[in-house]
Amino acid sequence: MTFSTVDRVMADQRAAAFATRSIKTEAKVAGLRMALSMVDLTTLEGADSPEKVRALCRKAITPDPFDESVPSAAAVCVYPTLVGVAREALRGTSINVASVATGFPSGQYPLEVRLDDVRRAIEAGANEIDMVISRGALLSGDEDRIRHEVASTKDVCVSTGEGAHLKVILETGELSTYDNVRMASEIAIDAGLTEYDFIKTSTGKVAPAATMGVTLVMLETVRDHFLKTGVRIGVKPAGGIRKAKQALHYLVMVKETLGDDWLTPELFRFGASGLSNDLLRQLRWKREGVYSAGWDQTVS
Amino acid sequence: MNIDAELELKMREGDAPSASEAPEPDSIAPDLGPAHEPAPPVVHELRFGNAWEYSPAPETTKVEIAKSYGHFINGRFSEAGADTLDTVNPATEEVLSKVAIAGKKDVNAAVRAARTASEKWAALPGAERAKYLFRIARRIQERSRELAILETLDGGKPIKESRDIDIPLVAHHFFYHAGWCDKLHYAFPGRGRGQVKPHGVCAQIIPWNFPLMMAAWKIAPALACGNTVVIKPAETTPLTLLRLCEIFEEVGLPKGVVNVVCGAGETGALLSQHPGIDKLAFTGSTDVGKILAKIASERGIPITLELGGKSPNIIFADASIDQAVEGIISGIYFNQGHVCCAGSRLFVEEPAADEVIEKLRIRMQSLRVGNPMDKNTDVGAINSKMQLEKIEHYIKIGQDEGAQLESPTSADLPGKGYFCNPCFFTGVQPGHRIAREEIFGPVLAVQTFRTPSEAIERANATPYGLSAGVWTNKGSKMFDMARKLRAGVVWCNTFNRFDAASPFGGYKESGFGREGGVHGLRAYVKG
Repeated sequence: MTFSTVDRVMADQRAAAFATRSIKTEAKVAGLRMALSMVDLTTLEGADSPEKVRALCRKAITPDPFDESVPSAAAVCVYPTLVGVAREALRGTSINVASVATGFPSGQYPLEVRLDDVRRAIEAGANEIDMVISRGALLSGDEDRIRHEVASTKDVCVSTGEGAHLKVILETGELSTYDNVRMASEIAIDAGLTEYDFIKTSTGKVAPAATMGVTLVMLETVRDHFLKTGVRIGVKPAGGIRKAKQALHYLVMVKETLGDDWLTPELFRFGASGLSNDLLRQLRWKREGVYSAGWDQTVS
Repeated sequence: MNIDAELELKMREGDAPSASEAPEPDSIAPDLGPAHEPAPPVVHELRFGNAWEYSPAPETTKVEIAKSYGHFINGRFSEAGADTLDTVNPATEEVLSKVAIAGKKDVNAAVRAARTASEKWAALPGAERAKYLFRIARRIQERSRELAILETLDGGKPIKESRDIDIPLVAHHFFYHAGWCDKLHYAFPGRGRGQVKPHGVCAQIIPWNFPLMMAAWKIAPALACGNTVVIKPAETTPLTLLRLCEIFEEVGLPKGVVNVVCGAGETGALLSQHPGIDKLAFTGSTDVGKILAKIASERGIPITLELGGKSPNIIFADASIDQAVEGIISGIYFNQGHVCCAGSRLFVEEPAADEVIEKLRIRMQSLRVGNPMDKNTDVGAINSKMQLEKIEHYIKIGQDEGAQLESPTSADLPGKGYFCNPCFFTGVQPGHRIAREEIFGPVLAVQTFRTPSEAIERANATPYGLSAGVWTNKGSKMFDMARKLRAGVVWCNTFNRFDAASPFGGYKESGFGREGGVHGLRAYVKG
């Protein structure tokens, strides 16, 4: 099977050009609010506890306790053991519960174990699954294994309980080249992703995490798939996006690469924990002309 | 529009259908097997609308422009006098200022000043000349915003380009050549220290597409080698060069080392025919270049010419297509296509043609055409009314010749000012005028080819030879193409990249001599 290639120099040049767009006044406010609605509020630490997750869920529902018009987050993303807590805390809202699974973050477990991981997360209440692929297999040329693990995971997502959307984490930091990112994106999408499933850059455990360049490569793969099939796949950059300004650059890239249809949390997400607070800080500055201090924002 | 309401709506709708309910992709046609005709392809279109519209982001810093400008001769700005030209903001059609037209007297004075300054300037140790060039470069950086704004006001190019490309390159050229001043004997092996001699007085005539950049490309190497200069900016874009003269004053450049005479073609004729000049350098149209070449040959003075182009941009099917499409955009729509080395002839290997054109269409939908002072504008104003008429004339010729015009950008153009939506032609044959003649606007002629040798043959079938682009993932093919293309610059998997250290110039009717790099110094030393 042959895959499209990517020239890194020009791809980076294009990605850098999006960051020169000047987003001001109304466009900035609209962009900040849109970005907030696209955040997958994430905590993925060994130290996570139910109380920590409940705090995060509260933040997802009401990101700014002083301004209820601020849109809720798109999802809360946690480890499988904490899915139940999140599901409970988010009851009655439309916020999704996302669980990392399939032996996150390395994926170095037997497939049966990884699929069971998915099954249990869905049964515990997750309606979005963030899976990891076997990067080692991809780098050693075993494309079929990636195809098989994505297809199997998708099967479990469709057949378990009320089902779950699938997000395939490529861990671009370990794939290293844009050609590999393109190849992994094509394999994942063609292995059976359906509309509103996602490809996602990173686990957040490997540096570099999301960059404009790799995200552009993934957006372009999604665009090509749409042109061919009409199916809309989502994209989720994760890790390393901490500032509102960065988020706006990403939105510019989505707008100018995939167009209006992707400017929705159903098809574009930010995997982040710190980003929300900077978005809120910028919104408050727009609203009141002052920046909020660190202690004036919700922790979690 | 109310984005919040819509977002909320989307969120609610976004109680997303589960995977099993997700709509069936409608293009997966039943597999009918090879015996059946394939189903007609379903077209899936991306929507580039106003779901999230950028707000205006105008550069609001005010730059002072005098009511009128004279020339800069012997370190002094002269009064404008009665004989002036209007310089117009092509985006608004407003007159920005009146600029004097240099007659015989002014040109004489300028050449005399340059002659007088010549001996001392040439005798200055290289390291001393370098200090001036360094100071000029630093002042350009310090005043870069002002220069960028002025360049955009006077010429119509997007502020994004004047800010990020033109002015940084202007400074870069002075920095680069400052470094050469005391190392010239290394650039010319076999000649000892002090044996690299300047010509004396250089007459330079520059165009309107990169007003300050062209000035820097010409002034910096001339000064580095110890020459003095009389330079004439284009009549539509004199303001930034005049502003550069303020910088010359600020850094204390000895008077007469650089002199600026403003005006149109007649002033250019006076300057180029002046018996007091020792060297002629011109960037502009091939027609004028031919006249100047004749003048120089009669006088027996050296000349360098950087003229027109109709440069091929060649995309092989094995190229990274998305990046190649980006290269088409920067090749032909950069600076409204007012680029002598613009990739105005696109050649695509047949198997990739449909994909390239489809992606070009998509890409062009997010080009933003309009107010050049808006920081988000990608394609600004056409430099002058005359140029706009010329471009429109060629677009009509293309249609009359039977090529198909496409303009996917279709922005609402401002009511005032000179604007043209970027466009391309398909169904172009090599014999069409739009495939042969330089349009100097955002108009691309798309053709296809089947083999590398056919690509070479068709790319070289032009009187011009300024630049070329090659897009392929295969290194050996790249080097083979680069060797066979008759062009001064061959860009590999990129286009329209400039660097002061890299020589630039043409073959055939695109001129001779190089600007930039070690090669560029040769034009400004004797022998």
